[in-house]
Amino acid sequence: MKFARLTLSLIAASVLAACSSAPSTDGQGAAVEDRSGAASSGVDSSRIPTVNADGSGGAGIAALKDPKNILSKRSVMFDFDSYVIKDEYRPLIEAHARFLVANPKMKMLIQGNADERGSREYNLALGQKRSDAVKKALGLLGASESQLESVSLGEEKPSCSEATEACWGANRRGDMLYSGEF
Amino acid sequence: MKLRLPPLLRRAVPAGLLALASAVAHAQLAIEITGAGANRMPVAVAAFDGENTLPRAVTDVVRADLERSGLFKMIELGPTPMGADAPVDYPRIRSRGADAIAVGTVSPNGGGRYQVQVRLHDTPKQASLGSQAMVMSPNQYRATGHRIADFIYEKLTGEPGVFSTRIAYVLKLGSRYELQIADADGSNAQTALASREPIISPAWSPDGSRLAYVSFEAKKPVVYVHNLATGQRNVAANFKGSNSAPAWAPDGRRLAVVLTKDGQSQLYSVNADGSGVQRLASSSGIDTEPAWSADGMIYFTSDRGGSPQIYRVPAGGGDAQRVTFEGGYNVSPRPSPDGRSLVYVSRNGGRFQVTLLDLASRQTQTLTDSSKDESPSFAPNGRMVLYATEIGGRGVLAAVSSDGRVKQRLSVQSGDVREPAWGPQPRN
Repeated sequence: MKFARLTLSLIAASVLAACSSAPSTDGQGAAVEDRSGAASSGVDSSRIPTVNADGSGGAGIAALKDPKNILSKRSVMFDFDSYVIKDEYRPLIEAHARFLVANPKMKMLIQGNADERGSREYNLALGQKRSDAVKKALGLLGASESQLESVSLGEEKPSCSEATEACWGANRRGDMLYSGEF
Repeated sequence: MKLRLPPLLRRAVPAGLLALASAVAHAQLAIEITGAGANRMPVAVAAFDGENTLPRAVTDVVRADLERSGLFKMIELGPTPMGADAPVDYPRIRSRGADAIAVGTVSPNGGGRYQVQVRLHDTPKQASLGSQAMVMSPNQYRATGHRIADFIYEKLTGEPGVFSTRIAYVLKLGSRYELQIADADGSNAQTALASREPIISPAWSPDGSRLAYVSFEAKKPVVYVHNLATGQRNVAANFKGSNSAPAWAPDGRRLAVVLTKDGQSQLYSVNADGSGVQRLASSSGIDTEPAWSADGMIYFTSDRGGSPQIYRVPAGGGDAQRVTFEGGYNVSPRPSPDGRSLVYVSRNGGRFQVTLLDLASRQTQTLTDSSKDESPSFAPNGRMVLYATEIGGRGVLAAVSSDGRVKQRLSVQSGDVREPAWGPQPRN
């Protein structure tokens, strides 16, 4: 088991390094070891998802809505013309990957978005690159292909609708939705 | 999967639906002419003999159509009717400045229907250019007017008119989306699909009976094919990932679509019923926005070379060839009906503008002076290009002639209009 965990941890570290422009060395990648949840000791209990045999309901789902739990955060923001997951989203991606591994029946829809400039269909394709980046990171951290679907909403569902740099930035994002939320 | 949707609103609105009718009128597209051709031919359309027995005048529709084309200057002759077979006082018409005059007769044809006969005269040559007769019920006065305008347009320009065609577009009203169909002059708007989720990329089947489009009602982009007369629709592409950018093959049986089921956005073709998916092209980048040309090519947008540019590939397979080279952002290609030119959106500085490329000479022309143009499509005669743009922060439709001179704008009192697609010639 220990070997398996170490391997996953190494994969996770290399994935996130590959996905980020400036690889971080702050050791947060170690959080991936918590993926087996309750069996470990000495970890922050607020981060331990409850495993449900039937894959739905229970405290694990509650964690997804608990504003104090990182799992309640679902958005990954991207830079202009970029499809790279930034360092600051590593803990978020790791937490969701752990949750998916612990809840193998849980499915996730990842919706990529783009800012409004230019062609709607080309922006749809750019949004897809963002959702694919999130999907790839989650997959390499252990979530299974059958749990994940990456799609794009293009420029059609902006979270902010002004023609400003700040607004465009807010619309370059990937959102993670779980079973029952889409 | 088959869904039953409400059929298109009937033309005759029952009295109980008047409130709905006024709501529809509020969302009516209003057309405005913002530029005209340099040399407009002076033409007169006389009041038709017997026309005053109809509830609405057919010739008002004819004059508005011809005026809006930007190619004709309408000469007013006053209310005196002139019958289709009455002798024409050529010197008098000539002295009023008209190079051509249309005259006509409206007569009862039994069963509440009318026969409308129209004749067109060349006044300098003092000769008839031909006549046409049609039968209509009184509530078909607009359709009859469009057909007469098409007859006059074709006789005088040698090209088919497009006054009897329809356009599709998406109206966004607050958080609601409606896929609407209207006559080419913006009148008679009817809603084919209403949704809380976005609708994009409507594409007309070659026979004008169906629309393919992308709807986000399933929280992801799915391609549907929608029969306009029955409201029946089916899923044409709902694979894992995104499904978008439908384009009809000229035979009306297959669609090019963009799927992400195997990775990045790539081109595939499917039957209109969703069966028989096949790969059309492969690249390591994004391939999207396919459009079939009359000469068997598929034009599309790809960023395989680093920036989005337009490419084409033979529909039957083969190597992709790059088509645009100027600038760093050229998207949304649509070939002209004769296959000789291409319209697309080009980024010039920070402005997105409709651009025309002559495929033989490689000459390009920017057709608009706006800055947020999207989704160009040719009229079926190739004379005008319909596109979406933004004016005062609102989405409007606009049309520009392929020489850049004639300009029209279509907008609604409230709401955003976007994603236009000009329909084919109606089949008789």
